[in-house]
Amino acid sequence: MSRKHLRKSHGLGVGLVTALALSACGGGGGFEEGGGEQSSTDGAAKLTMLIASSGDAETAAVEEATKAWADETGNTVTVTVAADMTQELAQGFAGGNPPDLFYMDAARFADNAKNGNLYAYGDKLADSTDFYGSLVDTFTYEDEFYCAPKDFSTLGLQINNDAWKKAGLTDADLPTTWEELTAVSEQLTSGDQVGLGLSTGIDRLGAFVVQDGGWWVSDDASEATGATPEVEDALTYVQDNVDNGNFAFASQLDSGWGGEAFGTGKAAMTIEGNWIKGAVTNDYPDLDYTVAELPAGPTGPGTLLFTQCWGIAADSDAQAQSVELVDYLTTVDQQMAFADAFGVMPSRESAKDQYAQAYPEDAPFIAGAEYGRGPIGAAGMEQVIADLNSKLEDLGGADIPGVLEEYDSNAGSVLGQ
Amino acid sequence: MTGEGRVTGSPRRPGGSGGAGGSGSSLQRQTRAGWLFVTPMIVILSLFLILPIGMALWVSVSDWTGRGSPFSSDVGFVGADNYTPLLVEEGLSRQDFMISMRNTFYYVLGVVPLQTVLALTLAVIVNQRFLKGRTFFRTAFYFPSVVSSVAISLVFLFLFTGTGAINQTLGLVGIDGPVWFSDARGLLHLAGDGLGLWSLDSPPDALTGTDVAGLSLWEWLAGPSVAMSAIMLQVVWTTAGTFMLMFIAALQNLSADVEEAAMVDGANRWGVFRYVVIPHLRPAILLVLTLGIIGTWQVFDQMYVMTQGGPAKTTLTPAYLSYQAAFNQQQWGQGAAIAFILFVLIFALTSIQRYVLRDKDESAIRKAAKRQRVAMSNERTGS
Repeated sequence: MSRKHLRKSHGLGVGLVTALALSACGGGGGFEEGGGEQSSTDGAAKLTMLIASSGDAETAAVEEATKAWADETGNTVTVTVAADMTQELAQGFAGGNPPDLFYMDAARFADNAKNGNLYAYGDKLADSTDFYGSLVDTFTYEDEFYCAPKDFSTLGLQINNDAWKKAGLTDADLPTTWEELTAVSEQLTSGDQVGLGLSTGIDRLGAFVVQDGGWWVSDDASEATGATPEVEDALTYVQDNVDNGNFAFASQLDSGWGGEAFGTGKAAMTIEGNWIKGAVTNDYPDLDYTVAELPAGPTGPGTLLFTQCWGIAADSDAQAQSVELVDYLTTVDQQMAFADAFGVMPSRESAKDQYAQAYPEDAPFIAGAEYGRGPIGAAGMEQVIADLNSKLEDLGGADIPGVLEEYDSNAGSVLGQ
Repeated sequence: MTGEGRVTGSPRRPGGSGGAGGSGSSLQRQTRAGWLFVTPMIVILSLFLILPIGMALWVSVSDWTGRGSPFSSDVGFVGADNYTPLLVEEGLSRQDFMISMRNTFYYVLGVVPLQTVLALTLAVIVNQRFLKGRTFFRTAFYFPSVVSSVAISLVFLFLFTGTGAINQTLGLVGIDGPVWFSDARGLLHLAGDGLGLWSLDSPPDALTGTDVAGLSLWEWLAGPSVAMSAIMLQVVWTTAGTFMLMFIAALQNLSADVEEAAMVDGANRWGVFRYVVIPHLRPAILLVLTLGIIGTWQVFDQMYVMTQGGPAKTTLTPAYLSYQAAFNQQQWGQGAAIAFILFVLIFALTSIQRYVLRDKDESAIRKAAKRQRVAMSNERTGS
């Protein structure tokens, strides 16, 4: 989280923000660039890779893996860590000289696929059969499977064991329905401590929507489905609990995100993904907590999936070698090595048992892969989602039907195109 | 630009053009040397300023998707298509753009006068001849301007948290401070609520019902949000030092004799300040206001580091929106269009402000002289 705030400075004049960016990276050849023809040289290649690393552990692990592959195949790979991934990738695409391989976030995937920045290599992978279906769907744009999912995260319910015991609750009380979640969060609310502390936005609220059988867009992403009873009821459920005082948003608790409210004891429970492990180890080493699956809603269990894929640039001139490297990096063994190094979950179903054995405490996260849902995979939605999130910031006082209707009309004008 | 004018202009000094044969070739030589001297500057300016501006202008009227060169053959001209969603068409783009305009308008309205007055006050104080430790104060006041705005922004994030130093200080005097950077309530809304003009929970229908350019009057009249005010405080504090320096330079140009003469003529301290010092500072004030307006409309760093436009979009500014549109939404044309609208706006505002604050005596003299010339030439042709 703090990484977000530490990006480098940009003291550029406004009129020139875009202009300078263009000129700064305009070095990729003349003004007349070739289109998107497939270009791959044979034999050894020099690959560049841009990653958004969570820390030294991740950087070292990726460097080690790529070096092993490079030594084996005679290619060379240069790994660069991006300070601001979105911006540096955009500069690469604009300059016609993007990195060959890069992390591509699921939320940005559709826009990039639409703009032709990505090379669709799904069918060229040596083995793409055992990636989780929901992850493959996430990286499919207009019926084409673009890129191999790198790893994934799901949301789970984190519970502070001390608060739990203090409230007189036992293992048998783990909430499995919305009613039970309300009940335990009420019991856990006392003094300075709120029952459930949440980050704002649809990246958390969406889980409730999935549990209620709803989603923000239709399955084929052709129309907006915000103003439906499923979505409305899910948001109303959270709103009621916020108004009641047993749920609260992180910003209300003077925290940057759910994990901070949880770690500082302002919230007895939170809903975050497996990244919370690293945050707790670093910032709140003494915290004793349990992870449970999210309680099921009226229509069944539901959670959200967050994932990235190994993107290959459409303008890369070493696509064949890049695909080979992706094959190497997404083997079960290599994914387990990454899991050991920096705690991500393998994107292959065949690695599931191995991972569950090594990390039994992550079983609730792994289980989420079965019923989780990826981000909204339609191009041009970034602005619409940002607007929705800003209106849901203050969910307690929000006019939910009104917000959802506005969302539908905003999303409709994007999806209709 | 100015360098070019100055050097190529110099050979046309009196005597240069009127000379015979020999001096003509020396004039040519001088012209050539002049061009030679300015060439590096012209190259640098065109490469890093004129060319990028031209590129951005083209991008703002093209359908470039951010891939490859914007001048390649598959990028098409779309006319004003990137501008209409921002200004005319109803939709999210216009709503966001208008919100950013509203936010920045209140931001400019708050920051520019405050920083000017504060800078002037500080300058007058540290310019006192009998003040002890003047150098120390000058350095202390100037210090924030030297520190990177990103570093300062990070410090302010901590100062303004719910349990931060600011709120603890407020707590000492019994004020329960807000969670600054997540408080989206507008100051004017709060003020109206406090004065009993309206209630925040049920704003008057006359205001919420009337839409102007995609935003209701109620939203237009929000004023800067609490989060934005915290940023404004920071900016005033950091920039006042820079402008103080400009005022000090101007103050030091005013010789003590003038002030003493005014004293002798019976002016008190306020009179001297109002009728001697302020008129003397007019060019400096003009400079500070111009730089202030240009700088504040372009505010970007603070939003990028601290708030990313939140809470509830109340710290969204055109500069940050332009960045977001281009890099996050891949709407490069629209991002460039926002930048150009902002450029036109700043240019217009600066021109208006220069016109309003022009030296009226001087322009009156100039006008009178012109009238006289015209009258004289009329007389001559008439006779």
